[in-house]
Amino acid sequence: MTQTLPATRESAVGKPVDRVDGAVKTTGAARFAAEYSYPGLAHAALVHATISRGRVTTIDTAEAAAVPGVITVLTHHNAPALKPPRKVTPTDLSTMASGTSVNYLNTDEVHWDGQPIAVVVAESPLAAREAAGLVRVTYEASESTVDFAAAEPNATPQKNNLIMQGSAKKGDAEAAFAEAPVRIDSRFTTPPLHHNAIEPHATLALWDGDRLTVHDATQSIDWLRSHLATRFGIPASDVRVIAPFVGGGFGGKGFIWAGTILTALAARATGRPVRMVLTRESVYRVVGGRTPSTQRVALGARADGTLTSLIHTSVSRLGRVGGSPEAVTSQSKHLYAAENILVQQNLVELDLVSNAPMRAPGEAIGTFALEASIDELAYELGMDPIDLRMHNEPERNPIDGKRFARRYLREAYRVGAERFGWANRTPEPRSMRDGRWLVGMGVATAFHPSLLFVANVAVRLSVDGTVLVRCGMQEMGMGGATVQAQIAADALEVPVESVRVEYGDSTLPMAPSAAGSMQTASVANSLLAACEKLRRRLTKLGRSADESPAAVLAREGLPSLEVSVGSDTRLGRVAGQLKFMSKFLVDQRRWMKAALGAHFCEVRVDPDTGEVRVSRWTASFDVGRVMNAKTAASQLRGGIVMGIGMALAEETLIDPRNGRIMNPSLAEYHVPVHADIPPIDITYLDEPDPTMPLGLVGIGEVSITGVAGAIANAIHHATGRRVRDLPITLDKLL
Amino acid sequence: MRTFSYLRAPDVKTALRAVATEPNAKFLGGGTNLVDLMRENIERPDVVVDISRLPLTGIEELPGGGVRIGALVRNSALAAHPLVRTRYPVVSQAVLGGASAQLRNMATVGGNLLQRTRCLYFYDDASACNKREPGRGCSALGGLTRNHGVLGVSEHCIATHPSDLCVALTALDAEIEVESTRGTRRIPLTEFHRLPGSTPHVETALAPDELVTAVELPAPVTTHSRYRKVRDRASYAFALVSVAAALEVRDGTVTAVRLALGGVAPKPWRATEAERVLLGAPATEESFRLAAEAELAAATGHNGNDFKIELARRTIVATLRDLLTDRSAV
Repeated sequence: MTQTLPATRESAVGKPVDRVDGAVKTTGAARFAAEYSYPGLAHAALVHATISRGRVTTIDTAEAAAVPGVITVLTHHNAPALKPPRKVTPTDLSTMASGTSVNYLNTDEVHWDGQPIAVVVAESPLAAREAAGLVRVTYEASESTVDFAAAEPNATPQKNNLIMQGSAKKGDAEAAFAEAPVRIDSRFTTPPLHHNAIEPHATLALWDGDRLTVHDATQSIDWLRSHLATRFGIPASDVRVIAPFVGGGFGGKGFIWAGTILTALAARATGRPVRMVLTRESVYRVVGGRTPSTQRVALGARADGTLTSLIHTSVSRLGRVGGSPEAVTSQSKHLYAAENILVQQNLVELDLVSNAPMRAPGEAIGTFALEASIDELAYELGMDPIDLRMHNEPERNPIDGKRFARRYLREAYRVGAERFGWANRTPEPRSMRDGRWLVGMGVATAFHPSLLFVANVAVRLSVDGTVLVRCGMQEMGMGGATVQAQIAADALEVPVESVRVEYGDSTLPMAPSAAGSMQTASVANSLLAACEKLRRRLTKLGRSADESPAAVLAREGLPSLEVSVGSDTRLGRVAGQLKFMSKFLVDQRRWMKAALGAHFCEVRVDPDTGEVRVSRWTASFDVGRVMNAKTAASQLRGGIVMGIGMALAEETLIDPRNGRIMNPSLAEYHVPVHADIPPIDITYLDEPDPTMPLGLVGIGEVSITGVAGAIANAIHHATGRRVRDLPITLDKLL
Repeated sequence: MRTFSYLRAPDVKTALRAVATEPNAKFLGGGTNLVDLMRENIERPDVVVDISRLPLTGIEELPGGGVRIGALVRNSALAAHPLVRTRYPVVSQAVLGGASAQLRNMATVGGNLLQRTRCLYFYDDASACNKREPGRGCSALGGLTRNHGVLGVSEHCIATHPSDLCVALTALDAEIEVESTRGTRRIPLTEFHRLPGSTPHVETALAPDELVTAVELPAPVTTHSRYRKVRDRASYAFALVSVAAALEVRDGTVTAVRLALGGVAPKPWRATEAERVLLGAPATEESFRLAAEAELAAATGHNGNDFKIELARRTIVATLRDLLTDRSAV
């Protein structure tokens, strides 16, 4: 081995490195949860309740059991016992993972329309589905509350806790608003939404005695392992979760939902490996989605545009059996230097499946209301909407005066405006046309807080110069393994091709969930520490300045050198988590850190029919240092596509009479199609965040925020109409 | 999906005999609607008779300038056919406005006539639906009605017919040829689909043992025709409102007009009232508006779909205006 370092090594970080899993995904070699098989595999299907609250009085499975190929029909009469999920505790954040508190098939209680009340296990998926349709159920219904619009006036204030603020204030915003010379006070509504990952939730469960192995479409390998251990009363070390590839999650696979638990239960009951791939309908019925909201934004300003008052209140919903509040007003504490600020989140509990995080929970819909209101204020003042924003651009965090870790929003707007051609816009509504189309241009700010969490990582350097990174993180399309390979390559001065990343398995060192835009930064944080540890070991072995790491091993006769960061023992995990929580809280007191961006969009509106087409998009981001130009642009673009869906078409239709989801299919829930999406120009400043590892901040969620606001503002510019209710379907423009 | 038996018919006679003796049989053409509905447990045939290989795939010119379209012509072949594109642009545009390329490659003309409503409550087994279970009631009434009908509906059913192609064919006076062991007969398309009345489960004039074999279009009154489809996204969505129109104008006066609406009624809706107002009237936006209002005078909304009345009015006017101002448009 004659490995010496090249004189100058070009950094791999930041480059548009191809995905390490690109080839296996495009050739079909990548195996997703539903693609594993074992001898004797059986298949399961769910039976859903059709009342929103009450009890199952009779459940007749005779006809279902008679379908050829059916092995068993599990109900609360014959299902094995499950332990209830644990209460949420700060020392074990995996307790947050339970989608609902319902102990499926261990109770006759029904808590929402769609709750699983039986599982059919059969020799084929078709037989299981056919039989599921033949289970006859009668109910004793109790009174339920399912209509968000009707229940919303009875909302109660959300309490503050360590992780999330339900309210915050600075000064007296109501008084300042009352006195403001220029005022805007608007009410907004947003509908419930579902994630619609292309891969439906799927699980394959296999028991070996009291040891459980699951292949699962999950964003939370570690949480899933703890949760299954709790529910089946076995040690976490006896549960293995395997999820190397996940076909999109967007938050819908972050918590643990009925399908996963009931597959493991069915496997337990039958002694067979069992696979359950949820139908699209079952995904809608058993997995929560984004909360609906009503929001009030009131802005008071002086004639020069100085904001004197910013009030943002919201109502969102939880399920009576679970769900967590969403940070709908979060951005309103950070974006504008208003002299007085009041934010207040309120909640209602309904007899519906719990809400679930969905890409930028809170901010995705909160930025719609705030950014549409800022635009409206700009028109009221006769100011350019970007000028108004820049006039109120804060030097310090508006709500509490904390320092920003980094903030280049001005620069993002300047760059974006130039690329988009904002200067060509004539501000008057209905003043721009292209043939019969009314043309409008709008802007809005994107915002998402940046987080870090505890991650354990092991790194092995081999004498052949290859590096193996091991971390039980999740890959659901973001490019996580690719980016970590780039980071390790730079840290250990090897080519990126020499790095292999093992991920997606609970036998690997524990990683946080792929959630909250924090996986990449959290893993990078520990990976950098591990690489540093490795370099120190090499220094101790007498590494000289021009000697490659592998050459040191060759010289010492060592086949490999391995280091790890973090402990995967039970105690080590608790300690790691507590240490991290305290660090997180200290860090949070010192810095306000966020991913930011400026969206520029152009729409065309048909003046006869109100049809809206997005025709052009530029987004300019301040997201710290970008790790991979290709995967980052792709992820940022994806959020904008999802935001366009949210702005114009998507809505989970819940019948307000009975709480039943009526469009549980991709035919009737309208995600954007290709024809709805224009070319999307993505640019970013690449200015590192000095408080984050390598200066990176998470980018999984920021790009969906602000999208609906930009579109609503562009539609106003095109038509003169303010639509404050999502989705902005054409009937609202007639 | 239930278990069923499957028969591939080698010829029309065998297909007809198979259904003549089997009360719960279904013909399978492209399968793009039937198979979906079987998966959803809504269609539950005991026997599926596959007719996809029968020789009903021709598109032929008829003496007098009309065209005969075999029932098993695939949607994409119909849309691309030179005779259809030049004489009946509205038909070509309607087909291309529907579904996706993959579905159009499979879906047949005969199957298109017989596709069933996309009413959310029809698709939901837990909801009441007089189409699925006559007499059970209609959960759509008082429910989520954004996609429902405003013309020709009844207190038993407010579902709409989802087809795009049928709207164009209805405007053009298509006739349907059907065959059974009892013989062959022809049904004008305007009489092929039934309004729901008190029997919403009876959707067409077709007897259970009859097979659609062809669609015939008479010579076009004008080749100036177009299809305008208004929907919730740019592609791959059913019409909220659609308009099929053909317009001939001489010296500023409407000399021929054909007009039909989709997305607003339980059947493809021939706008005879509007045609009556337009024929001989000056070809102006005002006439178009009066015609639209005459057609929609009887329209009634059910809250969620109230907007369809205004949308239909605007879309009729816009489509006729486009035909008037852009004579070259196809």
